[in-house]
Amino acid sequence: MTTITPDVISQHQLSGQEYERIVDLLGRRPTLTELGIFSVMWSEHCSYKSSRVHLKTLPTQGPRVLEGPGENAGVIDIGSGYAVAFKIESHNHPSFIEPFQGAATGVGGILRDIFTMGARPIAVLDSLRFGPQDDPRNRRILEGVVAGIAHYGNCFGVPTVGGECVFEPSYSGNPLVNVFALGVFRRDRIFRARASGVGNPVIYVGAKTGRDGIHGASMASAEFDEQSMEKRPNVQVGDPFLEKLLLEACLEAMETGAIVGIQDMGAAGLTCSTCEMGGRAGTGIEIDLIDVPQRETGMTPYEIMLSESQERMLLVAEAGREDEIFRVFRKWGLDAVTIGRVTGDGRLRVKDLGVTVAEIPNAALSDEVPLYRRPATRPHRNAPLDGPAISERSGPRLASDLAELISSGDIRSKRRIWEQYDHSVRTNTVQGPGADAAVLRIKETGTSIAMSLDGNGRYCYLDPREGTRLAVAESCRNISTAGAEPVAATNCLNFGNPERPEIMAQLIEAIEGLGEACRAFGTPITGGNVSLYNETLGEAIYPTPVVGVVGLMKTRPPTPLYFQAPGRKLVLLGGLLPGASDQIHRRFGSSQFAKIVLGELWGLPPALDMEYEKRVQAAVRRIVDLDLAESAHDVSDGGLAVAVAECSFGPARVGADVRLDSPLEAHYLLFHEAPSRVLLSVAPQALPSVLDLAAEQGVDAPVIGETLAAQLCFRRNGRDLFAAAVDSLFELWK
Amino acid sequence: MKFGVVIFPGSNCDHDAWYALSHNLGKNTVCLWHQSEDLEGCDVVILPGGFSFGDYLRTGAIARFSPIMRPVARFAASGGLVMGICNGFQILVEAGLLPGALMRNQGLKFICRTVYLRTETAATPFTSDLRPGSVLALPIAHGEGCYYADTATLERLARQDRIVFRYSTPEGRITAESNPNGSAGHIAGIVNEGRNVLGMMPHPERASDPLMGSTDGLRIFASLASTLAQASRGESVRLAGLVRHTL
Repeated sequence: MTTITPDVISQHQLSGQEYERIVDLLGRRPTLTELGIFSVMWSEHCSYKSSRVHLKTLPTQGPRVLEGPGENAGVIDIGSGYAVAFKIESHNHPSFIEPFQGAATGVGGILRDIFTMGARPIAVLDSLRFGPQDDPRNRRILEGVVAGIAHYGNCFGVPTVGGECVFEPSYSGNPLVNVFALGVFRRDRIFRARASGVGNPVIYVGAKTGRDGIHGASMASAEFDEQSMEKRPNVQVGDPFLEKLLLEACLEAMETGAIVGIQDMGAAGLTCSTCEMGGRAGTGIEIDLIDVPQRETGMTPYEIMLSESQERMLLVAEAGREDEIFRVFRKWGLDAVTIGRVTGDGRLRVKDLGVTVAEIPNAALSDEVPLYRRPATRPHRNAPLDGPAISERSGPRLASDLAELISSGDIRSKRRIWEQYDHSVRTNTVQGPGADAAVLRIKETGTSIAMSLDGNGRYCYLDPREGTRLAVAESCRNISTAGAEPVAATNCLNFGNPERPEIMAQLIEAIEGLGEACRAFGTPITGGNVSLYNETLGEAIYPTPVVGVVGLMKTRPPTPLYFQAPGRKLVLLGGLLPGASDQIHRRFGSSQFAKIVLGELWGLPPALDMEYEKRVQAAVRRIVDLDLAESAHDVSDGGLAVAVAECSFGPARVGADVRLDSPLEAHYLLFHEAPSRVLLSVAPQALPSVLDLAAEQGVDAPVIGETLAAQLCFRRNGRDLFAAAVDSLFELWK
Repeated sequence: MKFGVVIFPGSNCDHDAWYALSHNLGKNTVCLWHQSEDLEGCDVVILPGGFSFGDYLRTGAIARFSPIMRPVARFAASGGLVMGICNGFQILVEAGLLPGALMRNQGLKFICRTVYLRTETAATPFTSDLRPGSVLALPIAHGEGCYYADTATLERLARQDRIVFRYSTPEGRITAESNPNGSAGHIAGIVNEGRNVLGMMPHPERASDPLMGSTDGLRIFASLASTLAQASRGESVRLAGLVRHTL
């Protein structure tokens, strides 16, 4: 037996103080198995020990919230007796080490979180960040991640309907793979992860336990160094077919009424599910490892408890009704065995052939987690406040700027990625990838769900608070542009090492900004995920909070993003550049123009007036709901000129004649990323109603031109800037 | 008139087919479990899309051994209407109910997009409501949809008018660009010699609801319904002049 030396403790990523605390809590020295259990439960990944005190400040309540943070996923009421469960999770570290399986199991994990609640997953979206694609290593990571997501989601049978994909050098050694999933169910059929009822059997279902993924949760809580690739065996291997069977079997078993509580075995596997289910119900769980189905021989208790083998679930059944559950799992060809029972002593007791190998009070693992209010200074940033002077640009120069922007990695079409995802299975996808928001109908209710994932690392690097507020605003704007009302949010906070005060400061600022914005937009946070230690060789990623907003609308045919016909009026709802007169040059330094055309980063993110933003969104929801616009597109990355170009890339290739009247210089008018703007194309007879609705909300709505066949023309104050053929721009973008 | 959708472990378009038939077409539709040997009196059996048994060995290679495939084969041999969509097509090929094979897409990647299909023959119970040459917009979603058969088989399929759909442009032209997966002869769907078994890679069930952007898929199901309605009126159904067959 291994003796517990300081080396062993530090290999488990526990500090000396944390070890002392374990000894105090147990009243004795832990066994190696117990040390392993503490190390995963107290890892950053499972315990949120650096972020929890700050996360507590987030708004989590709202009239529609049925289940907030703390369960496997958040749940909101969508009316007509139905509810949706949704959450976002990161799988950054595994995806760097083994892109295909890392991303695949990321999808698998979040899907289990959804169907553990009793909901059938109907949508996946993913937010991806990679290093520049001129480096073959980054290309390999992208190809692997995309193929992994496709492999898992396509086989499981859930449509991947949207997301985002961004390239920055800061993600070179540390890609971000954040996966969002949403499922639907009856609101009176929510299952919770609670081990209630002393004496009830604890049943293990799904895949057998192997040696894969041991210490995955601790790995996800450390920075990378040169030896990280040696951690490859820590990455689990996913089996989407088995997960599909597990889904069907679980939902069918839930129908029997014999299930009391259920939790998936994700990070920290059997350890996390046993102690958390007991902890939530105020009970204990006793299991014997001899009964755990095993894929390999000779596994130690330590390995069995810490394995992160995929596609496994733990459930608690009503005593005496086990057979009803076994019958269902047999039908689907899955293992289901009783491995223990619920006790009344509040302890996790693990036996191996009757001999106790670990015994820990649940409270010690969850409530007694050392929480840190880590020191924070000023957010880390290494960018000047003022950038290079930009001289007035000629028409041809502006035309080549636009060409450069639309062919850049962040803005160009992502079709080559999303065509690898099945986005129409389950026949609910009203609006799929490539749109501002994904929209899925709920067949049972006549309502639709709109979803959008947004984040902007550059904005957050320059100002984490404002950048996060902007991400929430944009996500809500995408939802509103689809005609839906934003109702709830989830978030994935991707940051560097929180033990560095300037990184901790980024995290705190971002969480505060998230809380402010979610309160303002009425979108409570129902759950999420924190991924820290996203650093390679001491270099942190841009702080990257990713926000996922869910909206509700009546089911209707979508308003397309693309211009439909020539001769329509172009309305820029929100105004030319709201709020931009304040420090316009500084607030240009975070734009795609600064990044792509100038290769610079400076200044501040665009200014956001949340009250104004809300009014713009209210107006666009009304306009879309009344079917007054033929097309609607949120103006964001790349600014107005990019948005106009994107609207022209529909099958009909309808262009536009854009006339801007403003004293501001052309590069600001075309490429500034001021928020609170939506570009509409409107039939002339509908224009008065659109302008009335904007006026009702006190929102600027200048008519900036009209749609035109096959050409894009930009003019400023009556003078031509440039013109381009839509077809040639499309070739650059596609 | 009764439709049956087979559920194999790993089927994931079973519900979509059931919904299109029961809600969009409005016909009685039941689900059939792969371990059953009873087709429950269904007039049409659908093998849906998905990844039966994970498609781990070879697409459709394990599903063909499911108990339900015995009655399905007998039903097909006696002239019963059987339709395999995507993975269902792959299973029919593995089961020997249709000739040829489905290989990995030429580009080696899974492809999900709307494609255009030119209807090559209306002389099948699946296309009787369509006109030869009419173009349908249907989604594909597969990684292994590249149809392959030897030259003799391809010639026989053409000679016997058994190529039902070919990938085409929206205008119905057969061009290299319109073939998404490298299929031989641009083949997207074929029938057996009896013309009562259809296999096709595109998904008609995903284009059966106006909200999904196209209802062209419903025209295939509607053809089946008219064929069955005719049969129930006692009319003999004439199929392509090759076989005369009363359902």
